[in-house]
Amino acid sequence: MALLEIKDLYAGIDGKEILRGLDLSVDAGEVHAIMGPNGSGKSTLANVLAGRPRYEVTRGSVVYDGKNLLELPAEERAREGVFLAMQYPVEIPGVNNIYFLKAALNAMKKHRGEEELDAMEFLQLAREKMKLVELDEAFMNRSVNEGFSGGEKKRNEIFQMAVLDPKLAILDETDSGLDIDALRIVAEGVNALKNEKHAVLVITHYQRLLTYLVPDYVHVLSGGRIVKSGGKELAHELEAKGYDWIENEVAVAQ
Amino acid sequence: MSIAVKEFEWPTPRLEEWRYTNLAAIAGTKWRDDERSLSDFDTTATLAGRAAVELLFVNGRLVKQSGDDTPLIRRSAAPSPGGRRMAGDTDIPLPPGEGGAKRRVRGEFESALAILNAMHTAGGARINVPSGTIVEGFIHLLFVGDGDGIWSHPRNVVDVGANAQVTIVETYVGNGRYYTNPVTEIVAGEGAVIDHTIVVCDSLEAYHTGSLTIRQGRSSSVTARNISIGGALVRNDVNVILDGEGASLVLDGLFTPAGSQHIDNHTVIDHARPHCTSVELYKGVLDGSGRGIFDGRIIVRPGAQKTSSRQSNHNLLLSETAIVDSKPTLEIHNDDVKCNHGSTIGQLNEEALFYLRARGIGEAEARNLLVLAFASELVDRIKVEPVREQVGRALFRQMPERLPERRSNKGEITR
Repeated sequence: MALLEIKDLYAGIDGKEILRGLDLSVDAGEVHAIMGPNGSGKSTLANVLAGRPRYEVTRGSVVYDGKNLLELPAEERAREGVFLAMQYPVEIPGVNNIYFLKAALNAMKKHRGEEELDAMEFLQLAREKMKLVELDEAFMNRSVNEGFSGGEKKRNEIFQMAVLDPKLAILDETDSGLDIDALRIVAEGVNALKNEKHAVLVITHYQRLLTYLVPDYVHVLSGGRIVKSGGKELAHELEAKGYDWIENEVAVAQ
Repeated sequence: MSIAVKEFEWPTPRLEEWRYTNLAAIAGTKWRDDERSLSDFDTTATLAGRAAVELLFVNGRLVKQSGDDTPLIRRSAAPSPGGRRMAGDTDIPLPPGEGGAKRRVRGEFESALAILNAMHTAGGARINVPSGTIVEGFIHLLFVGDGDGIWSHPRNVVDVGANAQVTIVETYVGNGRYYTNPVTEIVAGEGAVIDHTIVVCDSLEAYHTGSLTIRQGRSSSVTARNISIGGALVRNDVNVILDGEGASLVLDGLFTPAGSQHIDNHTVIDHARPHCTSVELYKGVLDGSGRGIFDGRIIVRPGAQKTSSRQSNHNLLLSETAIVDSKPTLEIHNDDVKCNHGSTIGQLNEEALFYLRARGIGEAEARNLLVLAFASELVDRIKVEPVREQVGRALFRQMPERLPERRSNKGEITR
């Protein structure tokens, strides 16, 4: 059974329907890229999977690791191994980065019935993962994302992902606003996480991240549903021809 | 006790300064003094051993002094206000008008509740720091209210000489439905450095009306803070007069009414001389049907050119039934000044809440984390570590949704 099985998903926000019959199946060990023009529903998909309040599912099902994902509150999803790298990581003044991440990791360990890490064990793990995303240790003693540059915020997301070691990582436009070095660091962080037990869902507008983070499958989202799926070469085709090409093709087919 | 004072009258909400706070419940109670003579008293709020000196008062009477045997401190006698200059007095008149009238009233004998204090006080702490003396560590004045129907009126007088330095903490705790009405007067001499903290952690049935008056001399530097967490009804009056050139003041406040608590903060910062600086920050965290008030006045007198003053009040509303009134006021009688003030009232940031939950932190814990983060700006500035810890624990106990106790023996990383 697939790790993530989305069937006929209809969802939206504030009464506006955005996803309209989305189907997607992701197996452990796979990297899937979801591409599409602005407004096609990419971020809605990410937020619905992570359980962000205000998003409403009106139809369809999402089964994750054998569980009805949509029934779980956001924190339960996270503890079950779903991780959303946010498009716009929020700044949280007064909440220490390292304290926050330790609390998060220990919440997951507790959920899994594992021994929680003490401060020393946690610091050791954090230091190791920080190197991966080339984040300076000084960041860790600052407030969550406070005063971070755009690139630092995105690297912090990947750092958190590396520490929390999710089964399903969803990257919501993590590449937006990144220079080429940051892009490479982010991609390397994700590549380091990849193994046969994990799956990654990369949501992006552009092909460039996929140069470093090679997907097994590429899906094109348009009008709230997946209109075309293929291998990594589909990303190159989209880059060359733009999204109009797909949309025209879909229009002709319909 | 024979003190020539005006007839005492309880302030009523008809007075502008009391419009949000009704003292009827206090005025309508027949309070009595504690007649016991205690030789000892146990309280978990003690910092004996950590403080340089601790004075423990129970219901206004000194029970125990621990720490250094110092001539700096003695139990103060009842005041003789007739001839003594008050900490809030200055020779510089305000221009006629509302502010001037208020100042005259205050100059006579401070507020009504300070009169009540003078009528009934059994003394308090008298701290004299001679010129040039630097007091190591901190002085802890611990006031315990104990028992229903008992009132007390501690009166503390602090004189800090030129270039002397001292850190003083006043803690108010207790059990039952009692009433504490303390007055503290501080005079900071030229170049004196004072760090003064008041922690109001009274019982949730208790009443507390406190008055703090500070007169700052030339180039003195004072940090004063009020942390109000406990008490059924709390009123904090803080009056600071910057009465010497180049004096600087940091005035911090944190108030966290929950349940049906009522906490009213009135502050007046009076810039009477040139080249003085004041920075005031008060934060309110309001939950349940809690009621909070911040009324802060900054006065800049005609001669106080080159005044720099910043005043802010930020409030976090955690429930739909909590209420906060924020009233920052600037009265500037001078053109050559740099003054600003601001006030905000908001709720928990939903984006931040989701961010924490999306990382596996439960909703209750995430809310508490954000509340503590809001308060931490002020808590972290408490330099006295054991007091900072006590305040942290008190805030933690008051959190709307209880968290499992944190283990401290595993080297917890601080917030």
